[in-house]
Amino acid sequence: MKNLSVFFCGWLFAIGLGVSGMTQPIKIIRFLDITGNFDPSLLFVMGGAVMLGLFSFAWVLRQQQPKFDERFHLPSVTKIDGKLVLGAALFGIGWGLSGFCPGPALVSAITLSFPVAVFLGFLVLGLALGRWLGHKFNQQDEEQND
Amino acid sequence: MTLANGLYPLIGGLLIGSAATLLLWSIGRIAGISNILAGVLHQSSGDGIWRWYFLAGLFFGGICLRLLQPEVFGPSPTSTGLLALAGLLVGCGSSLGNGCTSGHGVCGLSRKSLRSLVATLVFMFTAMVTVYFTQHVLAASQ
Repeated sequence: MKNLSVFFCGWLFAIGLGVSGMTQPIKIIRFLDITGNFDPSLLFVMGGAVMLGLFSFAWVLRQQQPKFDERFHLPSVTKIDGKLVLGAALFGIGWGLSGFCPGPALVSAITLSFPVAVFLGFLVLGLALGRWLGHKFNQQDEEQND
Repeated sequence: MTLANGLYPLIGGLLIGSAATLLLWSIGRIAGISNILAGVLHQSSGDGIWRWYFLAGLFFGGICLRLLQPEVFGPSPTSTGLLALAGLLVGCGSSLGNGCTSGHGVCGLSRKSLRSLVATLVFMFTAMVTVYFTQHVLAASQ
């Protein structure tokens, strides 16, 4: 039941991405093209998701625990540091260049398009690179604190 | 304002928000795609195979879309070479920043996380600057 629930979440997420138009990178780029050929779609997507989420997340988090787990697994880091800002900045550049972010790219994998495969392949490489860089950042932090 | 850039995106957003809510409600996890993918690839955490189930659902959703509404898929206007660079940046950035549009933009904002607000504002800004550059500055110089 637990695994079916999680599978359903992934499925629903993909359907949401498809219905919203997020699997069309041109729509994303047009949203980001604020001075030019502006398409407001993403505003409604994120707006809709977050308007709902603000209420639904608050309600869920008031429960003692999740339905199929002993506790909530929320990010514990709260500080706003260089890693976060640099990471977000780089992510934004890649997103702006392609119109793809991880979710839509993974859902689009089914199209068996070569460009999407290239994006995904380098995404995987990038995840490893980011992880390595993150460790380096942490090491530097530790050294400075000594 | 048409259905395609108003109503459907809103409905899609509500579905995405529902999916994220359901994941939080059922197993207490955040639906951040970059972190879910990274977790599957760098399996050091050993905290269950839920990520595999989520990704399987995501792929199955893609299959359903492909079979029933293939028009929802569109190409990126970017050259394959630049897509490689973009993929690298998206992967590296989401890993370093511990989140992406779903992790920070949807879930983080829904949780009222200041960290996610900062991340979202930053990536929106750099993405918009990038598009301005590629669509207007570079295009104009040709």
